[in-house]
Amino acid sequence: MAHGATKEFKVTWGMVIDLDKCTGCGACMTACQVENNIAPMVDASNKMRTLSWMLVFELSNKKSGAEAEVAYLPRPCMQCGNPACVPVCPVVATEKNEEGGIVSQIYPRCIGCRYCMAACPYHARYFNWEDPIFPKGMEKALSPSTSARPRGVVEKCNFCHTRFMEAKDKARQEGGNPEGLADGAYMPACAEICPTGAISFGDVKNKEHKVFDLAQGKDAFRLLEKLGLNPQVYYVSKREWVRKLGDNYAATGKPGAAKKHS
Amino acid sequence: MDRALFPDGVERCSFGKFVLWMGFISAFFLFGLYAMLLIFYKGIVVTGLDNYFGFGLWITFDLAVIALGAGAFFTGFLKYILKIDQLKNIINLTVIVGFICYSGAMLVLTMDIGQPIRAWFGYWHPNVHSMLTEVIFCITCYCLVLVIEFVPLVLEQKQLNKIPFLHHLAHNMHVNMALFAGIGAFLSTFHQGSLGGMYGVLQGRPYAFREGFFIWPWTFFLFVLSAVGCGPIFTVLCCTLMEKMTGRKLVDFKTKALMGKIAGTMLTVYIFFKILDTWAWANNYLPSVGMTFDQMFYGVIYGKWLMFTEIILCGLVPAIMLITPSIRNNPTLLYTAGILDCIGISLNRYLFTVQSIAMPILPFDNWQFYAPNWAEWATSGMIVAYGILVMSLSYRYLPVFPQERGMNK
Repeated sequence: MAHGATKEFKVTWGMVIDLDKCTGCGACMTACQVENNIAPMVDASNKMRTLSWMLVFELSNKKSGAEAEVAYLPRPCMQCGNPACVPVCPVVATEKNEEGGIVSQIYPRCIGCRYCMAACPYHARYFNWEDPIFPKGMEKALSPSTSARPRGVVEKCNFCHTRFMEAKDKARQEGGNPEGLADGAYMPACAEICPTGAISFGDVKNKEHKVFDLAQGKDAFRLLEKLGLNPQVYYVSKREWVRKLGDNYAATGKPGAAKKHS
Repeated sequence: MDRALFPDGVERCSFGKFVLWMGFISAFFLFGLYAMLLIFYKGIVVTGLDNYFGFGLWITFDLAVIALGAGAFFTGFLKYILKIDQLKNIINLTVIVGFICYSGAMLVLTMDIGQPIRAWFGYWHPNVHSMLTEVIFCITCYCLVLVIEFVPLVLEQKQLNKIPFLHHLAHNMHVNMALFAGIGAFLSTFHQGSLGGMYGVLQGRPYAFREGFFIWPWTFFLFVLSAVGCGPIFTVLCCTLMEKMTGRKLVDFKTKALMGKIAGTMLTVYIFFKILDTWAWANNYLPSVGMTFDQMFYGVIYGKWLMFTEIILCGLVPAIMLITPSIRNNPTLLYTAGILDCIGISLNRYLFTVQSIAMPILPFDNWQFYAPNWAEWATSGMIVAYGILVMSLSYRYLPVFPQERGMNK
């Protein structure tokens, strides 16, 4: 995939996260760790080295007293339409080729150069600093469909790709169309577990999927749209200060006023 | 006791003194070697790198030594292709410096990647769209070219050269050196450029991203120009340091001043375009992504002073000094300009590597800080020690400097 090229897919899996519903409980982070066999670190005190495919940021309106407000922003991989990470990988260990537009990560091929991490402005990519060691007994609770990654490779959220495969298998078994999954047939762990229903998931190009309308709502926005990476994760908030934190407006001070960089 | 191995007609220090010197340097080398083995055993978790700073001291060090080692390809190009004969007085040294820089950088890269055993995947699964693929191809190939350029010099060692086969081999390699100089110039231009391109294509890093020409961002061209603007003068500085340490004259000042003129000319071209590029980036690109020039800097550690030091004090100033004959022809001023030049280009590599990724892109994120730890310093020191060891052996036993005999009578 060349730089600046957006590849179109008939099906485009996307996520819409309602920031007004998110309580910052962290269930999505936990579900993600369990689903994807992310081993707990022996010493996780250095948060710059932990693996959090899904990470919840705390946003503040920087006001005090009664006017103070916070919001929580869960950040999975954006599965960008024009990903910064894919064209830079020297060994094609990450691709955006499969129908659905999920950016893959091929662990047995990754050499661990971390160029993709330097490229991603969302910090959605993580390096395996140590071999995964699961505490005694925990190995019995591991997900059988997700491989554990060795030390020295980069990994990231893949919208629980194994669930995608399972949903397609199920559709085939039931005589359905695996390339046209119904709304809700494929659901990543974070979206499934969210207790407030803040995370919606589906095909953003399919009118029959809930996310189609949500992504086009007037309060919907994407992170760092001006960079032109075309993320497949959308956020929704009725609060303007939250929406303003989705991009940089320092040059003009006004959201949407600066020309988009192509 | 090793006098029989010295080049013809030159003096060297006593064997005991030489052993002491080599032992002193080897201590640093061995400490770095310990750190390297630890890194291979435990992984780069023993370094100060983290998920924000995937690139740190090692990449900065690599980019800097590769730029400083550019004297080899550019001087080779001028000597063998453009036939500037005077450069024969320093060409051997440029090859050795280049060889040390490139082989050292490759060694650092094997430590830097998380899966060293898969380093060859760059050839097996190449991504033709990645600037890093091009860097992997060209650096490894060019390192081979430097070996080919270094071999005849080794074969010209007094005792080895008495063997007829080796004598003829060295002679024939010399005869065909223009071919390797040409290949080296081609490979080197591309990987120097691609190292810059690596940063210029980072669409998600506004500090580094640049538009450009066809598939090459402007940083591609700026990195080529800056490398040839500092490589030749770095060789001069190495030569002068060796002269000060050994107390012997090795290269005439006229040749050094010529190298200064070459570097100065290229540095002037570079700094002109660098200033234009910075202006366009600050006034056109940054506002287009909603950012300002001021946002690119923070506090003292990531302050604007770094960029102004790079472009003005260590860019514009040495460029003017090196292209002005009256300044260039004064040894002290030539060396001062050279030191500023090399600092400026190394600082440029640091800023593109560390500042680019330290800066928060998400509006709700913060500036991050990184300090290399002992393992990164020790291994980088190991490469410097390795370079000094190779250079010391080469100086003592190989006919590196054709003028030495005549100048020290």
